[in-house]
Amino acid sequence: MAHAVGRYSDASESALMRWASGGDSAAFGELVRRNMRRGYHAALGLVGSHDDAMDLSQDAFARALKHARRMDPDRPFYPWFYQILRRLCFNFLRDRANRRRLLDEAGGWIGHDPIVGAAPEHPEVRLQREDARRIIVRAMAGLPEVQREVLVLREFEGLKYGEIAELLDIPAGTVMSRLYAARRGLADALEEHD
Amino acid sequence: MTDRKNEPGLERQAELMMRALDEELTAEERGELENRLAEQPELRAEWQRLSRAREVTMGMKLRNPPEEVWDGYWTSVYSRLERGVGWLLVSIGAIIVGSWAVWEWITALLQDTEIPAAVRYSMIALFVGLVILLVSVARHRLSVSKSDPYKDIQR
Repeated sequence: MAHAVGRYSDASESALMRWASGGDSAAFGELVRRNMRRGYHAALGLVGSHDDAMDLSQDAFARALKHARRMDPDRPFYPWFYQILRRLCFNFLRDRANRRRLLDEAGGWIGHDPIVGAAPEHPEVRLQREDARRIIVRAMAGLPEVQREVLVLREFEGLKYGEIAELLDIPAGTVMSRLYAARRGLADALEEHD
Repeated sequence: MTDRKNEPGLERQAELMMRALDEELTAEERGELENRLAEQPELRAEWQRLSRAREVTMGMKLRNPPEEVWDGYWTSVYSRLERGVGWLLVSIGAIIVGSWAVWEWITALLQDTEIPAAVRYSMIALFVGLVILLVSVARHRLSVSKSDPYKDIQR
């Protein structure tokens, strides 16, 4: 067993995909372990709730395992898996009851990084900043799915435009125009609040 | 508005502003953006609005779940697949066994001469009618839940 675990944990992604597509579920398990955090965070960015993100990302992996024979070992695993995940998340968001609940709960999925070494903020400034953050999070929950997706990939996953374009299989110009529309939406929300 | 946004000049401005916010501009492009900002007060205002929004999102990050969540993650994925196969087999089995049982019941009922024919046919009509009603109500509820514009309104 230890030998098997070592075999999988040391294996390249391409080898794991080849084994998994041949029906080796333990090899697929290793692919899940390597990609579960990223998959969960991608779902969290899209749907904005821990429980739903956990549920959807696990569901996406289960579907991926079901269709493992279709994987191409010569191409990276994550972009293939992401197509399954995003379809599930978009379907979930198209259910208006889900969308409404997520809007009501907006914000629970977002934290913030305190700036290391920075002087403590004046309480009023901190309050303003938290207020702005709350408005932005709510505005994000109301963005069209494709705009929100690009924003999340850029802001939270830190992907470059080229990487986003490759992942979504769209031109880099479309990435920028979606990002622009998303950021305008956020800026409008901040302005309305002022 | 959409038409304006699609003009090549405006698209270029949007592209330059996005790439500047994400620090993906070349020195030459930075110069081009600065020139445009200096010449167009409207663009400058837009740039400030977008910069402010970017400033707020920069400090935000996705919350991490507790570490122990990952321990059972793969097991849970595998269980889902098993449950899916289980449900499929149960459904197929239930349909076949259910259909057989109904067929046996109807043929036995039709052959049972102790019960008057009118009652036998009425029992079959009652059963078939109930099945039709059940399927119809289920289908209607499914289609309403997908398209009801008021389903999100709390009454």
